[in-house]
Amino acid sequence: MKKGLQILCLILAAFSIKAIAQENAGLKLPEGFKASLYANNIGSARHIAVTKAGVVFAKLNYPNKEGNAIIRLEDVNNDGVADKVNGWAKFGGTGIYVKGNSLYASSNEAIFKYELNNKDEVVNPQTPLTIVTGLINRRQHESKSITFDQQNNIYVNIGAYSNACQTSDRTPGSQGMMPCPILDSAGGIWKFDGNKQNQTYKDGKRYATGLRNVVGLDWNNQTNQLYVAQHGRDQLNSFYPNLYTDAQNAELPAETFYAINEGDNAGWPYVYYDPAQHKKIVSPEYGGDGQKEGSKDFKEPAVAFPAHMAPMGVLFYTGNQFPEKYKNGAFISFHGSWNRAPLPQEGFFVAFVPFKDGKATGEWEIFANGFAGVENGAKVTNTAKAKARPCGLAQGPDGSIYVSDDTKGAIFKISYSK
Amino acid sequence: MEMNNNSSTWGRFLFLSIVFSIFFVDGQSQNLVNGKKIFETRCLVCHQADGGGVPNMNAPLDASTNVVGKDIARLVYIVKNGLNERVALDGMYYSNAMTANPDFTDQQIADVLSYVRTSWSNKASKVTLAQVQAANSKNKIKTKK
Ligand code: HEC
Repeated sequence: MKKGLQILCLILAAFSIKAIAQENAGLKLPEGFKASLYANNIGSARHIAVTKAGVVFAKLNYPNKEGNAIIRLEDVNNDGVADKVNGWAKFGGTGIYVKGNSLYASSNEAIFKYELNNKDEVVNPQTPLTIVTGLINRRQHESKSITFDQQNNIYVNIGAYSNACQTSDRTPGSQGMMPCPILDSAGGIWKFDGNKQNQTYKDGKRYATGLRNVVGLDWNNQTNQLYVAQHGRDQLNSFYPNLYTDAQNAELPAETFYAINEGDNAGWPYVYYDPAQHKKIVSPEYGGDGQKEGSKDFKEPAVAFPAHMAPMGVLFYTGNQFPEKYKNGAFISFHGSWNRAPLPQEGFFVAFVPFKDGKATGEWEIFANGFAGVENGAKVTNTAKAKARPCGLAQGPDGSIYVSDDTKGAIFKISYSK
Repeated sequence: MEMNNNSSTWGRFLFLSIVFSIFFVDGQSQNLVNGKKIFETRCLVCHQADGGGVPNMNAPLDASTNVVGKDIARLVYIVKNGLNERVALDGMYYSNAMTANPDFTDQQIADVLSYVRTSWSNKASKVTLAQVQAANSKNKIKTKK
C-alpha cells in the first residue's frame, strides 16, 4: 500500500517535471520572459528575417522534405505559433534579410533578391534577381551570411576554406602559408551594392580581413557600424600535442566579437585570441609556442567568449518590449561546440552582450538556455545529441525575438511582459 | 539437473571458458582495445564519442552505410588520406575536411576500422591486417592512373 503510494508520487512528480520542462518550449529564460515554439520541423533553418507586419522568412541549409529552401511563416491568429506556412527555392544556404519591400537570400555562392507585395508575399519566387555571384565555396565555412547598412550596401561573409591556412589543411606538421593566399578571396567580409545586379569580386570591396569564418553579423544602427562574431580555429591539441593539452584546447582560442571599421584585420590565420592571457598569440603553424605575442596591429575583440561555442547569429535589439537594459545591446546565438571533445561541449544558448554609450562593456550573460534539451546542469557530450542548436536571430515588430534551430528546424519566439 | 551435479562437466566447462577468454582477450579483442585508443586520440574530436559526428560538419560513423559496408578498400583509403570532397553520405553533406593519417601502420588502420565497424550500433565484421594490405595494393592501382 505504502509502496504503491510512493510509486504514484514518483509518477506524478515525473509528469510535473515534464510539464515544467515543456513550459516556455523547454527554454530557460530570465524572469518575466516567455517562449513559444513558433514552428517546428521546417528543415535546417539557418538565418531568419521578420517583416514589419511580422511575417517570418527562414533560409534552410538544404531543401526540406517538400523540396523548399526558403520558408515563409505567418501567425495569423496571433497565438505565438505560425499557422500559415509555405516555401519555395531549391538553393540551400544561410543568409536572409528583409530590406524595405525586398527579400534577399544567399546560397553558398551567390545572393538573390526577391520582391515582396503589400501582404509580404514574394511576387517572383521563381525569378529572383541575381545580385552577387561567384563567391568562393570550398565546402568548409561555406555559409554566406549577409547584413545591410542604412545605404543599402550588403556585407557578406566569405569564410576561409581552411582551419589555419596550412599548406595542407588539417594535416599534422604542415606549416602555415606566408602570406596566406586564401585572404585574397575569402577569410573576410566583402561589401557589395544591394541594388546592382550580377556583381562579383571585382565589383565588391574587401571590407575587413583576417576573419576565419563569420556566420553571425549585424549592423549596429545606433553607432552605424558593422559587428561580426568569428568562429576561432580548431584542433590546437590534435596538431600540437606538445604545446596544448586537451583541456587547453577546450579553452583556446576565444570565440571573438568585433566592432569592425573598414580595412580592419582580425589576424587569422597568423594569430588567435587567448582569453586567459588577454593577448593575440602567434598560431603554432606560424611559429607560435602558445606564449609568443603577435602584431599589435591586429584588431582587438570587443568581447571574448569561451572557445568553440560557434556564434551563429548577431542581433542588435532595438525594440521597446524588453526591459531597458536590452535596448541597443546585442544578442548572440551559439550553436554549441564539437571541438571541446573529449571534454564536455559548451554553448547551445543565446547570450546577451550589454552595450553602454554605443560600446560593448566586455561583459556577457546567458539569456536563453535549454535548447540542447539535456537535464538541468548536465552537459552535452556528443554534439549530434543536442535536441536543438541555436542559429538565426531576428526581431519582430512587437519587440519579441525569434531564434531558429538548424537541426530539426524549430523556431522559438521569446517575449517579455511585466 | 544431471549436468549440474556432474563435477567433471563443470570442470570441463570452466577450463574451456578460461581458454576461450584468454584467446578472446589476446587474439580477438586486443585489436579492439588498440582501435578504441586510436579512435579516442585521433578520431573522437570530430566523430564524437558516440560516433554520431556533428550535423552538416563531421560525418557520423555510427549507423553509416559505408562504414559497415563491404568496400573495405575505400575505408582504408579514407583513414590514410583523409576526405575532403563534396559527396553525399547517406544523403547528407559534411563540410569539414577530414585529417589524413599518413603515420598509421597497416595494423593501426585495421584496429581503428575494426573498432568503428563494431562499436555503437555497428555490427559489421572486423578488418584484418591482410584486408588492409590487399586494400593498399588496390588503392595504389587506383591512385596511380
Ligand atoms: C578533422 C575532423 C576529422 C577527424 C579528426 C577524423 N575525421 Fe573522419 N571524417 C570527417 C569528415 C568531415 C568526413 C566527411 C568528409 C566528406 O564528406 O568529404 C569524414 C568521413 C569519414 C569516413 C567516411 C564515412 C562514410 O560514411 O563514408 C570514415 C570511415 C572516417 N571518417 C573515419 C575516421 C577515422 C577512423 C578517424 C580517425 C583515425 C577519423 N575519421 C578522423 C572528419 C574527421
